Order: sequence, then structure tokens, then C-alpha cells
Amino acid sequence: MTMTRAAASGRSFLGHSYNLVGVIASLVILAWTLIAIFAPYIIPHSIGDIVDDDYFGPMRQGLWLGSDYLGRDMLSRVLMGARYTVGISLAAVAISCFSGVVLGMIAAVTGGWLDTCLSRFLDAMNSIPSKLFGLVVVAAVGSSIPVLILTLAVIYIPGAYRFARALAVNINTMDFMTVARVRGESTIYLIGSEILPNIIRPVLADFGLRFVFIVLLLSGLSFLGLGLQPPLADWGALVRENIGGLPFAAPAVIVPSLAIASLTISVNLLIDNLPKKIRDRDA
Amino acid sequence: MSNLVEVRNLRIEATTDAGRVVDIIKGVSLDIADGEIIALIGESGSGKTTVALSLMGHARPGCRITGGAINVNGKDMAALSEKERAKLRGTDIAYVPQSAAASFNPASTIMEQVIEVTRIHKLMPPEQARKRAVELFRALSLPDPDGIGARYPHQVSGGQLQRLSAAMALIGDPKLVIFDEPTTALDVTTQIDVLKAFKSVMRAGGIAGVYVSHDLAVVAQIADRIVVLKGGEVQETGTTAQILSGAQHPYTRELLAAFEPKPRQAQAEASANQLLRIDNVTAGYGAVREDGLPLIRAVNSVSLVVEKGRNLGVIGESGCGKSTLARVIAGIHPAAAGDIVFDGKELQRAAGNRSQDQLREMQIVFQYADTALNPAKPVEDIIARPLAFYHRLDRQARSKRVDELLDMVRLPKTLRYRHPSELSGGQKQRVNFARALAANPKLIICDEITSALDTVVASAVIELLKELQRELGLSYIFISHDLSVVEAICDDIMVMYNGERVEQITPDKVNAATHPYSKLLFSSVPKLDPTWLDGLVRDPELVSQYGHR
Repeated sequence: MTMTRAAASGRSFLGHSYNLVGVIASLVILAWTLIAIFAPYIIPHSIGDIVDDDYFGPMRQGLWLGSDYLGRDMLSRVLMGARYTVGISLAAVAISCFSGVVLGMIAAVTGGWLDTCLSRFLDAMNSIPSKLFGLVVVAAVGSSIPVLILTLAVIYIPGAYRFARALAVNINTMDFMTVARVRGESTIYLIGSEILPNIIRPVLADFGLRFVFIVLLLSGLSFLGLGLQPPLADWGALVRENIGGLPFAAPAVIVPSLAIASLTISVNLLIDNLPKKIRDRDA
Repeated sequence: MSNLVEVRNLRIEATTDAGRVVDIIKGVSLDIADGEIIALIGESGSGKTTVALSLMGHARPGCRITGGAINVNGKDMAALSEKERAKLRGTDIAYVPQSAAASFNPASTIMEQVIEVTRIHKLMPPEQARKRAVELFRALSLPDPDGIGARYPHQVSGGQLQRLSAAMALIGDPKLVIFDEPTTALDVTTQIDVLKAFKSVMRAGGIAGVYVSHDLAVVAQIADRIVVLKGGEVQETGTTAQILSGAQHPYTRELLAAFEPKPRQAQAEASANQLLRIDNVTAGYGAVREDGLPLIRAVNSVSLVVEKGRNLGVIGESGCGKSTLARVIAGIHPAAAGDIVFDGKELQRAAGNRSQDQLREMQIVFQYADTALNPAKPVEDIIARPLAFYHRLDRQARSKRVDELLDMVRLPKTLRYRHPSELSGGQKQRVNFARALAANPKLIICDEITSALDTVVASAVIELLKELQRELGLSYIFISHDLSVVEAICDDIMVMYNGERVEQITPDKVNAATHPYSKLLFSSVPKLDPTWLDGLVRDPELVSQYGHR
């Protein structure tokens, strides 16, 4: 077959093509992840120390992001905040996606009454407004990191379940599923080996999207004062405690907001620009 | 200009996902005289549809006409603007697609859609257009020509819809009509009516046609000349008689040879060993009624016997219950009544209740290898799974056996690392078959396994099946709508109609069928003889009783 190389629209690496937006987005995410892991070793001041004479201090040498409403170092608080925001959200999204996807695949493969019961129960869960549910749980059992993680995970299980079930139902009608069934395979093999590899890409995209929702919901809860309790603070809590600085255009309000925006937008851009496998028979 | 169509050195390129540019048509030239019907024939991927569409100046998304001239009725279609081309489409050139069912709008009546062309091109007032449409319906021998236009597309059969789409193409009085595999999706008994109708209308109107098909026998009935394409190049051109009797090019000979499968050597006479016996099996769909039988019975009280080392063919038109029968035997769709005895033991109706050994000894191979192979796994994993599951082989033994199996189905060993999407249709079907062989079965149920393949590839698969049978002593149940395929491989042929077993005969007695439906079915299979369709006489009573017109 005659072939000529056309101008490549994207770069390619290991049989995948990717574009610049995706690379930048993944660099931002990588940076925040590293900060979350190494925050205690790189913060210039302890997050509880009052280091400024003034509150809502401006950006200046030594206090690179200004100070907050008590005169604490904003840079340290944002860096430590990354730890809580990224960590809690990641744990919650991992739990919700894992349980949602496994339940969804089991429901699609098994069908019958199990499917009906699971679907109706999770639909009922879905009908409870997420913020209200969070409010009630935190009000009832108090706020702590494990409670927050579990609450956020439970809120997002029904969505992950619906998504995975819809994908798995499509795969389930394929002939290779019938072949595997008449071979006598178990449900665990069916979902793990036949279905999962076929839905993993959309599931990963959904994972990213759900992560963004959870970051925003966590920030929302913290903003309402139901998230992490002082002196710990995630980004949402940072926005809330410094909201008084808004009239003074204090960096203390803007910086955590930008942090939330940069993380969520990057995740969104990354999942929209995931590397594509090059499908080309003769390549 | 002497010819209606003159294509000179046509080149079309496509761009792949990776940005590579591939030539799909490499300098094709052809002529069509006024009123002449030429056939474009070739395997899938040979570029026959691409060439046909280029006559309308159309290239499918991702493709570009990059060179050559396409003169149709004195105008160069490649050079015209899209607007000027649109003016010619429907009036000078018309198109009949493969699947009429998918190209009609289900929300408006047939008449509205048939006369739409006259409205777009402002050819004639609607009243006159309707009259003209009814004339065409009559010419295409559609039932109830005056009333059929008022119906909606879902209210007529597939064969009728295909003729209605021809009426739609003909209403603008085109000089050239392009038929893109118009009968491929139809049953043989319906195909004949459609072919006859096309042929008489085209001849009466003196319209030139391009008939795209991969079926040489169908083409022989309708075309004046045949153009054989392969790999985007014209291999051979000649009149139908020339091509059929004295083909020069090796590819054309291969095509012809594939059409006449070598007759099967007689197997050992019927032994007393019954491998599979099913008695009065009934299965269907819908609510279960009081007598324990489903509302709609797709298989109605069917019995059959398969002997060891012999093959049974099941033949019938679409909807006759032959695929349901395969699923019932395999236990995918449990029977509502009846017994299945396999290798001397009574089988449970549902696959889930059968023992692992019983499941292993009976394997089923599906029609569409595309959906029967998991696209996310490499070939090696697909074939190795039954080895690990049934035979508990370790990694090394599995790898060795995968090599052997690939060798058995005549695939190179290097293919084991590929994914199904990187294989051709015939290769996929071989992998599909290798997976069934991996279980060491005694019986393989083949559900239309050659229907999605090209003639040449299909005949190679059939030869492979025969060879494997000789080596491994398998038995097949071979389900198909294609008589020539069944004849080539089966010792007994069972004819099904409407969920019931109509007759069972041996291949050498096909001409002496006793049941009227079998007679109709067997006489409807096109032969490689240009005069066959014109000479065909069918009992009108039979046709009205069993044909779906």
C-alpha cells in the first residue's frame, strides 16, 4: 500500500497520540499531587502560627501569598490545604467509583431481581440532594476526615453505578459474553475479564469527572463550615474563613479559589484529552 | 461523446486516524454505454462502492477524489461544484442503497418519500408525480400499486421496500441508476422477485445501470458487462458470458472457483452412533401460557439426529427459527418442551445446569466474529481461555497449544499478539473457530459462520472445516441460508420453515425435494448462468403460499 506521511496533528508516543492541552493539564495535576504528598516538608511556616502583624496582609517577601484573617501564612495553608482537598477527594472518588462500577457490572451481568433491587435502591439514593445529605450526616455524627470521605463516597456511588451499568449492559449483549457464559464462566470472571477491559476508558473518564464533583462538593461543605474543622483547612474552608477579606481584595480569598479552579479545570481538560490509541492496521 | 459514462484514471485517497494517506482507488477507468448495465464485483474493501459513489461525484467522509475525470452525460462530476452536482443527483443519476429499511424515513408515508425527488427538482406537479409513481409501482410488480404509497415503511416487507427505493430512484427519469448491493440483505426467494423487477424496468426504460455486488451469480442475471475490482484496481473487464466462461485473471478464476465448492467425499455410512438427538423441542419468546409453552413459538416441535462424524445442515429463510434452534441446543435459550440427548445422556435444557464436560463437548460458533471476539483482548488470550478453563493447562502448555491451534486454522503464529480489530474478517472467523476447537469438542454448532464473509474467503473457511473434520472426527451442525454452502459440507440437510421442520434430505437429492417449500427454496438459488433468471418458471401458487412478497 502506498503511503505518505501527512503532517501529524498531535504527537505520538508508545502508539498513542496526545495533544498539548492534555500534557499541560496532567502537569498541573502532577504538581498538586506532589505538593499534597510533600506539603509538611516544604511549608515555610506551621499552619497554626501567626506570623504577620496585620490580617489580610498583601503578598510580599517571606509571605509570598500574603496572610489570612488571623495573620497566618497563606502559602503554607494553601499547600497543606492541597493535602486535604486532594487526599479526601481521591479517597472518596476511589471508594465510590470502585463500588459503583463493580455493582453496576454485577447488575448488568446477573440481571433479574438483583438488578431491579439494586437499581431501584440506588435510584432512591440518587433522589436525595447531595448537599442536604452531607448536611444531615455531618450534623448527626459530627465532622471528621473518615466521616467526610464516606459521606462523599456514598453520595457519588449511584451515579457511578448508573454509568457503569449502562456501559456494561451494552457489552453484555455481545456474542463473546454468550460464548463465555456457555463455557460456564463465573460472574467474577465475566465482569473482571470480559466486561471491564471494554469499559475501562469511559470509566476512567467518569472517575475524573466524579473527582471534580467531589472536590467541589467538599469545598462547598467546608465553605458551609461542615468540612474540616480548624485549624486544619482544605481549600473550600480557606475561602470561607477569609471571605471577610473580599472588600480588601486580599490574596487570601483569591488564592484558594484559584487552586480549586486550577485543579478541577485541569482534571476536566485531561479527561477530554486523554491519549488516544492509534488504530491503524498497517502502522 | 459516445458513452454515457466515461471514467478515466480515477484516483481516490483516504486519510487514516494516524494521518497516513492511503490510495484506495488507483487509476480506475471504465465506460458505460446508454442503456447498458455493468456490474462492479469484488471482495469487501476492493473499492467497488467507492467507485460507484464517485459517479455521483460523492466521496465518503475521509475520502477525496484526487485525480482523473468522471464524465457522466457530458459533465465532469469531479470538477463540478457541490451545488451543481446536487442538481444532477436524482435527475441524471440515482442511487439505490443496500439497506432500504435504513434509508426510508419511518415517520412519513412511502408516497411522500418517493415523489420527494420531483418536488426538490421541481420536475412535475405532485398530482402527476403520484400518477407516475403508481405506474412505477406497477412496473416493479409491487402488490396493490394504487394503495401501497399510503403506507408507512414499516408496513411493507424488506423486498418490497427495496423495490420502492428503486421507484424512488427512477421517478426523476435518470439516465444512470447505481444499485449498491440491493439484494444482499434479502432471502433468496425474495431476491428473485426484486431482481426480476429491476431487470424488466431497466430494460423497458433503456436506463443504464451500475450494479455493485459480491455475488457473481446475482450479477450474471442482470449485467451486460462485468468489471472485476481488487485492491482499488480493475482486474478484468468483459461481457458477462466472457467472464463466466473464459475468465483470464487469476482473481476472477478464484471467484468462479469459490462459487462451485468441491463436492464432499462421501463419509462413512451412517453409523449407529447417535451423537445428538433432540425430540419434539419447542422454544420461543414472550409470556409463558398455561400449557407451559411460550406465546410466540420460534421452534415448534422439531426433532433431529446428528450421527458421529457426520454433519447436519439446517437451512431456511430469515425468521424460520434456525438460529433459535442452535441456541436451544447449546442451552443459551432453554427449550420450553422436548428432550435433548447428547452422547447417550439426557442434557439439561439450560446451559447453566449442564456439567462442565457437557458444555465443553458442544461448542457454538457465531455468525459475526466481530462481536464474538472480545475486542479488548489479544488473540492469544482469547484462544487460551478454554484451555485454562476446561483443561487446566499451565502457562507453557497453553502457549504451545495456542500455536498448534493457530496452525490448525492456518493462521500465522505472529497473529497471537494482535487484537481482533487488527484482523480481517476471514482471520477473525478462524480465531473464532480456533477458540471452539480449543475445548476439544465433539460437536460444533456453526450459526451462519460464512454469511458475513466474501465468497472466496467463505469457501476457504469451508475447506478448512472439512479438513479439520477429517483430522479430528468432529461433527457439525451447520446453520445457513445459503444452499451452496450447506451442500458443500453436509451429509444431511434439514429444511425449516416457520419454526417447523419441513423435510430432511441428502445433498445429492436436492433436485428431488418433495415438500413444496423446499422445492421453491432450492429453485430460487441463483445459478452461474445468465439465462437462468429469464428461464426460471415458478409455480405461482407456491410463491403466493410461501414467498413473502
